[in-house]
Amino acid sequence: MRFYEYESKALFRRHGMPLGEGQIVNSTAEARAAAEAIGGPIVVKSQVLSGGRMKAGAVQFADTPDEAAAKYDFVLPIEVGGETARSVLVEAKSPVAHEYFVSVTWDGRRKLPVLLFSDMGGIDIEEVAETHPEHLSRTHFSTILPLSERIAKEAISSVGVSGGDLNRLVPIVYRLMQVFLQYDLTLAEINPVAKLEDGSFIVLDGHVDMEAEARGDHKKLLAELGIGEDETRQARPPTEFELEGARLNAVDHRGVAGNVVEFDGNLGLIIGAGGGSLTLFDAVRKHGGKPANYCEIGGNPSVGKACNLTKLILGKPGVEKIAVMMNVVSNTRVDIVARGVIKGCLEAGKDPSKVITIFRIPGAWEDEGFKILEKYGVEYCDRSVSMYEAAGRAVAKL
Amino acid sequence: MPGLFIDVKVAAEAAKDTEIAKKLVEVCAVDIFAQNDDGSLRVVEENLDECVLCDLCIDAAPKGTVEVIKLYES
Amino acid sequence: MSIFITKDTTFIIQGITGREAVNLTRENLDYGAKIIGGVTPGRRGRDVYGVPVYDSVKQIAEAHGTPDGSIVSVPPRFTRDAVFEALENGIKLIVVVTENIPRGQVAQMVELANLRGARIIGPNCLGIISPDEAKMGGMGGPAANTRQAYTKGPVGVMSRSGGMTTEIASTLTAAGLGQSTCVSIGGDAIVGTTYAELMPYFEADSETKAIAIYSEPGGRMEAELAEWVKAHNSRLPIVAFMAGRFMDEMKGMRFGHAGTIVEGKEDTTSEKIERMEAAGISVAERIEEIPDLLRKRMTEAS
Repeated sequence: MRFYEYESKALFRRHGMPLGEGQIVNSTAEARAAAEAIGGPIVVKSQVLSGGRMKAGAVQFADTPDEAAAKYDFVLPIEVGGETARSVLVEAKSPVAHEYFVSVTWDGRRKLPVLLFSDMGGIDIEEVAETHPEHLSRTHFSTILPLSERIAKEAISSVGVSGGDLNRLVPIVYRLMQVFLQYDLTLAEINPVAKLEDGSFIVLDGHVDMEAEARGDHKKLLAELGIGEDETRQARPPTEFELEGARLNAVDHRGVAGNVVEFDGNLGLIIGAGGGSLTLFDAVRKHGGKPANYCEIGGNPSVGKACNLTKLILGKPGVEKIAVMMNVVSNTRVDIVARGVIKGCLEAGKDPSKVITIFRIPGAWEDEGFKILEKYGVEYCDRSVSMYEAAGRAVAKL
Repeated sequence: MPGLFIDVKVAAEAAKDTEIAKKLVEVCAVDIFAQNDDGSLRVVEENLDECVLCDLCIDAAPKGTVEVIKLYES
Repeated sequence: MSIFITKDTTFIIQGITGREAVNLTRENLDYGAKIIGGVTPGRRGRDVYGVPVYDSVKQIAEAHGTPDGSIVSVPPRFTRDAVFEALENGIKLIVVVTENIPRGQVAQMVELANLRGARIIGPNCLGIISPDEAKMGGMGGPAANTRQAYTKGPVGVMSRSGGMTTEIASTLTAAGLGQSTCVSIGGDAIVGTTYAELMPYFEADSETKAIAIYSEPGGRMEAELAEWVKAHNSRLPIVAFMAGRFMDEMKGMRFGHAGTIVEGKEDTTSEKIERMEAAGISVAERIEEIPDLLRKRMTEAS
């Protein structure tokens, strides 16, 4: 879950990291007032989650309050990766002498956090890694030993930074590591950390990602930063259909019948579980089918949940028929899903035998499930029909 | 609304017995049974379709007094 | 032979009185598991399908000796402590079933396990099964369903999806190919044991003649496997199935497991397929192609 720059900076500020003067603004007048209050040269930065702001022209510079106001109007409508500004950050433009890069993330192979540091900040770090590997250090650190400034010192000094710069950088990098661990972040990055002409250091741009699983542990922080509970902060904001799917899934605690993602096709998908859904979605597309949605069923959801999911998908504009498919199930019960899906069809006023193209869920309690499907005239198959073939049968019925 | 898939029938004698009623409420994981104010047993119709066919209610009541019917078999 | 577990493996279940754990206990016992005890604090003296419940792992170890393994099935915020408890009581094989654990805590579990010379499978996994020997975890569900899908034979299976492990085993079984050991490694971004870390065990197991894997977008696990195979000149032919190909076009969106999110080019399925093929791993387009590909590769290898 990605934070906007101004949220990342608010988090850094709380932890004593040095930041320039700045203000988040939501109108031309506010932009002018903020620039006046700061005085001197100004940076006007669009607040978007996507990268590539600079290239898109959504970061502008101004010398006067009037100019800052004009630049506010200029950056506001600019699309960055299909996204426009949530707000605009007006900051003092500082005279920079040198830029550094620092980032903390997880290394899934070593299963440890890794601190990346470079004395070539402000540019694309992948490029530094390729062309100047000696200017980028990678330092893994323990999650069970007490966190220590030593690690920051090693990371910074190993690219050749010494003297007063090293000693001024260590606390900033150390605090970034602290923030990373304390808030279950998956990424904490400052690019760049700037050394100003007067020798002091400040954070110029920051970027933070929090693990979705940890949101519940950091409710207070998120509320204080103004991050809403239904903000998913994925690559695109959730649609009404997706939000409704999440609400229905939360109605009871038994299993999952949700994780709905909206697409614009005509075949509604009731699929599961995690890996099975990915496999089946690929299979439907391979057969030329047009999915109306992605979803996941798993963990043996209640009949009510499966019923609600079915109704939601059948009610989506453009959905003609649905396909109900899973991998061979172990703990999810075939009969329970069959009941839920048929009930959902009936409650939506549809004939299950017409609207369900195929029911392919083999496994636990399948004999009981197949009896139900037979009674309602729904086409079903057992494990002798592969997931790929089942998807083909569904697509052929449209 | 009665169940589409499952019906549960409890013999009148057993349904009146508050002890049996209490036991049935306890064993059912999907809340198909509830007790009326006088302690007698009531079947919660809207939960019938959640029945997982565990037979715990059949085992908990005197033999033959609770019957779980699969409506899709008739 | 099999890897990690045999008929004689003893284990415990931490969180044994929970809804999922009760099912697991039943299913594993029915499959022949030697479950010597369970832990739920405050429930000492009870039993779950005849398995005695204790307040702590230490009590079990004192009463029955240190078990070989533990299945941890407790809510996410208690999981790290449960794993630490198992490790500090000398248990060497831990299957973590629980999902939705932040990766910082998973990293801590793995770090301590490494210090204690123990192995973690999972989290967010269904565990391990060696058909006809034993199972430790929820693989295949009830014993009858498990026997239908899993049969003994030459193929080792590793999978980031528990459900797809059963789908693959079932497909292999239908084609007359049994399995030596199947490991559901878990769907999270950080897992206790990766494909590459399982390879030496399969490599050393004389019964295993080939490997099938289920793979998906996100992470560097496939790249790590490809490097391992090249560096060790593995005797085992590998056939991989890659799901989630549609996600390549949807950077930053989350589908399926927590570990699947595509953040960079290396996370995409096309990049992974390329790396695996370059290492001699066959990549199947569909699950049903796996048995023939395995047979072909096994014939070539022998």
